[in-house]
Amino acid sequence: MNKSLRLCLVCAAALLAGGCASVPTSDPDDPLEKINRPMFKFNERLDKWTTRPLAKVWVWVAPKPVRAWAANFFGNLADPWIGVNNLLQGKPADALNDWMRFVFNSTLGLGGLLDIASEAGMPKHDEDFGQTLAVWGVPDGIFVVLPVLGPRTLRDAAAAPVDLVADSYVARELIYHDNIRERNAFIGGRAVSARSQYLGIERTLNEGTLDKYRFARDFYRQQRRAKIYDGNPLHEYEDFDAPDDGDDQAEQAAAPQPEAQQPEPQQTGEEP
Amino acid sequence: MKGKLFAMCLSALTALALYVPAARAVDASTPPDQLVRDVTTDVLNILRTDQNLQSGDNAKVVELINAKVLPHFNFRRMTSLAVGKDWRSATAEQQSRLTEAFRTLLVRTYSNALTQYRNEIIDFKPFRANAGDKQVKVGTEARQPGGQPIPIDYMLENSPQGWKVFDVVVAGVSLVTNYRGNFADEIRTKGIDGLIASIESKNQSLEKK
Repeated sequence: MNKSLRLCLVCAAALLAGGCASVPTSDPDDPLEKINRPMFKFNERLDKWTTRPLAKVWVWVAPKPVRAWAANFFGNLADPWIGVNNLLQGKPADALNDWMRFVFNSTLGLGGLLDIASEAGMPKHDEDFGQTLAVWGVPDGIFVVLPVLGPRTLRDAAAAPVDLVADSYVARELIYHDNIRERNAFIGGRAVSARSQYLGIERTLNEGTLDKYRFARDFYRQQRRAKIYDGNPLHEYEDFDAPDDGDDQAEQAAAPQPEAQQPEPQQTGEEP
Repeated sequence: MKGKLFAMCLSALTALALYVPAARAVDASTPPDQLVRDVTTDVLNILRTDQNLQSGDNAKVVELINAKVLPHFNFRRMTSLAVGKDWRSATAEQQSRLTEAFRTLLVRTYSNALTQYRNEIIDFKPFRANAGDKQVKVGTEARQPGGQPIPIDYMLENSPQGWKVFDVVVAGVSLVTNYRGNFADEIRTKGIDGLIASIESKNQSLEKK
């Protein structure tokens, strides 16, 4: 009896371990890789059949200045909420800058079509509630791929509803009020305008990487980190050739030299 | 106002590049910030003015990159950073094959990207470095309407042949070390030769297109 019980326990343990091991992740921050990968693929397809073709049409019909007006228009409506986030992150001067931008561009900038504030020395910022939470000390959490919205850290996924509601407040008050059709047109237009600025990106991702998902995930996470630190992340560059390292030098001397360098000893031998 | 001034400078530079091309040759003594500025301006000018390049003649773009840009990159250093600590255990032959394969991958990918973004306006950020620095960062920014400018930083190292770029950091992401996780996966499952084979077959599949 005792023996069979032990066997059962061993089996159960093996099953549990097997269950854990069958998750193909090599990254502790991406335990949901099995769900994330198909979702990433789904988003890619969705983009291929909706946003991307529309963005291509937009680039084809609208000359560059018109596209810039549209992008400025949508960007301007985002500035008040960016300012709120800067304030929440303890950067009142930046917050003031963002609200001043909104006032300037909405009036002198013809309703936000022109970004005269940037020209006047009030730079555009990029903040959202996910970054605010990060500044408050909320950790990244695991990596998730949301349907339609795409890659997020768990923290940013939790912050997304807040951003969506708060960000649309200004546009709702000023542009589409409570008209559902106008709201949808606004959201669609904003997505197409944003997408049209990155039309080459899927080609770069397809051609330049061995594993698209993996590259996109690592890129997303690094880029979020850079945004949280407002573009001042620290990169450490190791030296894997380390010529001043005794061990490595010995290794290199023992290893066969590249072809180009091989004839050298013979030449020096013949010279004298 | 700053933008106008920059545009004027740019057109002045264009004129210079068109009429006195030899006057701005980059050599080993060129300081890093000027090197990045000269090469960027040069390449963008060619991309904007050459008809063949505008119609997306890929072979020509790669040729241009080979001649103008590649001499200022240290691909061996880039590859070692992309591979990570496994670089130490690679033989010299594996290292040179890896470098060659990774170079081909990067050059084709980013020459495509370049043709896409040739009309962007690049601003050069003020350069800060001390006299004895072996490693410096040259900051640039690509403007985008409706959004924060995208920072593009070039990391350069001093060598007897002059300053060489060993990393490009876009929006805070190192394009070189971002490959590391991906490459480590390949090495873990298939070894260094497996990684070389993967990159080479990727390159070949793209060549056929």
